[in-house]
Amino acid sequence: MKTENSAARAAARPKVAFFDFACCEGCQLQVANLGEALLDVLGVIDVVEFREVMSEKYDKDYDVAVIEGSITDRHAEERLKKIRARSKVLIAYGSCATIGGVNGMKNSFDLDEIRQSVYGKDFKLFDSTPTRPIHQVVKVDYTVNGCPIYPPELVEVLKCALRGLPYTVPDNPVCSECKLNENVCMYERGVSCLGPWTKAGCNSWCVNNGNICYGCRGEVKNPSGNALEVIGRYNLKPELIKSKFDMYNKCKEGDKDVNR
Amino acid sequence: MSTAKNLDLKVEYVTRVEGHGNIVVNVKDGKIEKCEFHVVESPRLFEGMLRGRSIFEAQHITSRICGICSCGHSLASIQAAEEALGVVPSAQTIKLRKLLLDYEFLDSHILHVYLLAAPDILGVPSFVPLIETHNGVVRRALRMKKAVNDVCDILVGRHVHPITAIVGGFTKLPRPREIDTQLRILEGMAGDMAETLKLANALKFPDFNRETEYVALVSDDGEYPLLEGDIGSTDGKRFARKDYKKATNEFIDPRSSAKFTRLSRESFFVGALARFNLNSAKLHARAKAAAKELGLKPVCHNPFLNTVAQVVEIVHCYHHALELLRDIKKNCLDYGQEVTVGANEKGTVPVRAGSGVGAVEVPRGILYHNYQTDAAGLIKHADCIIPTNQNINNIEYDFAKLLPEIITLPKEAIRLRLEMLVRAYDPCISCSAHYLDVEFVD
Repeated sequence: MKTENSAARAAARPKVAFFDFACCEGCQLQVANLGEALLDVLGVIDVVEFREVMSEKYDKDYDVAVIEGSITDRHAEERLKKIRARSKVLIAYGSCATIGGVNGMKNSFDLDEIRQSVYGKDFKLFDSTPTRPIHQVVKVDYTVNGCPIYPPELVEVLKCALRGLPYTVPDNPVCSECKLNENVCMYERGVSCLGPWTKAGCNSWCVNNGNICYGCRGEVKNPSGNALEVIGRYNLKPELIKSKFDMYNKCKEGDKDVNR
Repeated sequence: MSTAKNLDLKVEYVTRVEGHGNIVVNVKDGKIEKCEFHVVESPRLFEGMLRGRSIFEAQHITSRICGICSCGHSLASIQAAEEALGVVPSAQTIKLRKLLLDYEFLDSHILHVYLLAAPDILGVPSFVPLIETHNGVVRRALRMKKAVNDVCDILVGRHVHPITAIVGGFTKLPRPREIDTQLRILEGMAGDMAETLKLANALKFPDFNRETEYVALVSDDGEYPLLEGDIGSTDGKRFARKDYKKATNEFIDPRSSAKFTRLSRESFFVGALARFNLNSAKLHARAKAAAKELGLKPVCHNPFLNTVAQVVEIVHCYHHALELLRDIKKNCLDYGQEVTVGANEKGTVPVRAGSGVGAVEVPRGILYHNYQTDAAGLIKHADCIIPTNQNINNIEYDFAKLLPEIITLPKEAIRLRLEMLVRAYDPCISCSAHYLDVEFVD
């Protein structure tokens, strides 16, 4: 009886699948790290695929597909397109999926040159295309920024996605949260930080811990306003800031080619 | 008949940190024609992308190689960078790094033992069906993972991609109240630790033995070496970490596009069982007692018992971490040692052209990072050798011995046994859950 009931309950719950492409899988781990709260999440959804911890496979359509990682080869592109075709809602989570993240640094090099530098003369054995975030390949309905994601935000986005509500990230820089957390500004400590240009929502996680912001959540909509003021006041070299941005945001240069 | 069978077995898994790999097994009229394990490096090109970046950014970037052992990558990266720069970390910094490594081992091993290895032994495809049948065990696993995650958050800001651990030390040191919180959380795990040992005692592992070489960090002092040491082996080899290439000897096998490693014989093993086989005399007394209770003795040649060695290390790291925390609480931290981050843009740390090697034990075995920098402190060349890649060759030789021993079993049992063997190496969490698309033709 118990099994039949649970089967009926499972049938009524939305089918959610987690997928990963080129990434470190740390965002999946953040989900696993929800601890016992994970069981509450699992109580309202039916996770049908989650490679990190499950061997089960599913062959029908997904209500929600949650995508981690960047697209860096042709096989991945095809696989992603197939997943999109089977999914009612698609969520891109983590920097690799939303903005290309650290994988984007590859795009600063000539593709064959960097492939050869790692794999030597046999580099052609390993297919590799310029790094693209998910939205440069298929339509994305929701995004969860960050490297890694901030778990409470994923839960919020999942709630919105399951109810069909919009989720918007406030277009404020990390500084807006950093000030509320009463951190000493990294610029006042003599170090340049990407907080003024990076989307908030992480509760200034890194600066709270004495580090700088590396820009992992992507840029605010109009970064140039803040840029001029900060670059001027602290006499920064633009190439230094550009190099810092390239650690996570190099793929932004590909956005102009996407007509969405 | 089933004994003289034909078996065409292909197992494929998708790109991972260590690349993606295939198992190819071919049996014709009972004769094994092919039994190979191929790994293809994933196309992320970290070593290439590091070129031109500041050596001070290497930790942040290489941490992103793997979310599961991001703390281990950070520590290996920092060790290599500090050696290249000539930075010598303080005794306090080393103590805290050892604590961080204990947390990393606890987190990773708990995940593997409970969520990956146990379902095999209980005969289910994942931990999800266990939520109904073994709810208490699943809750315990998630509770323990959360506890370790919480102490790690307090120590370095975040377990997945640590924030405060950088070249030179820590950007923020835990305050006395936070040391107390870590102690309280760990002490609260005592009951779950005892239950974990009970669970491990109840697990039954396949009987299989193959003599091979075990490689792990070794040292001359009495501490179980995880963060620092020379590279040693059960065949009597010993190298300083700067000579790591002599211990790995990467080579291309014409059958496969993967880089393999070897030392004194055809293959070697890295990971919990290797560390246990080389250093069991240095384990914490409670871990030695656990090993005795679980019947694990060096030198153990059964790769399936790597999971048992992980349980022994869970006990070791738990008690080692408690002792470190009590010592830190007693002696207090020097908060003047907090360091400021930055890509050294103000030139506060002298840079030089140099080279450095990091060799750190991470949950799956020795991890090597090697950087060469120019006079401006920019990376010219980077090399990372990941534990799973070192084990691939050994897994393949295990297959070759295991398959004839189990060839009379039903095909599902063969598949499960081969998958279990791969999982025992804990190659990378998702890889091991991905040995699915197995096709049999017989």
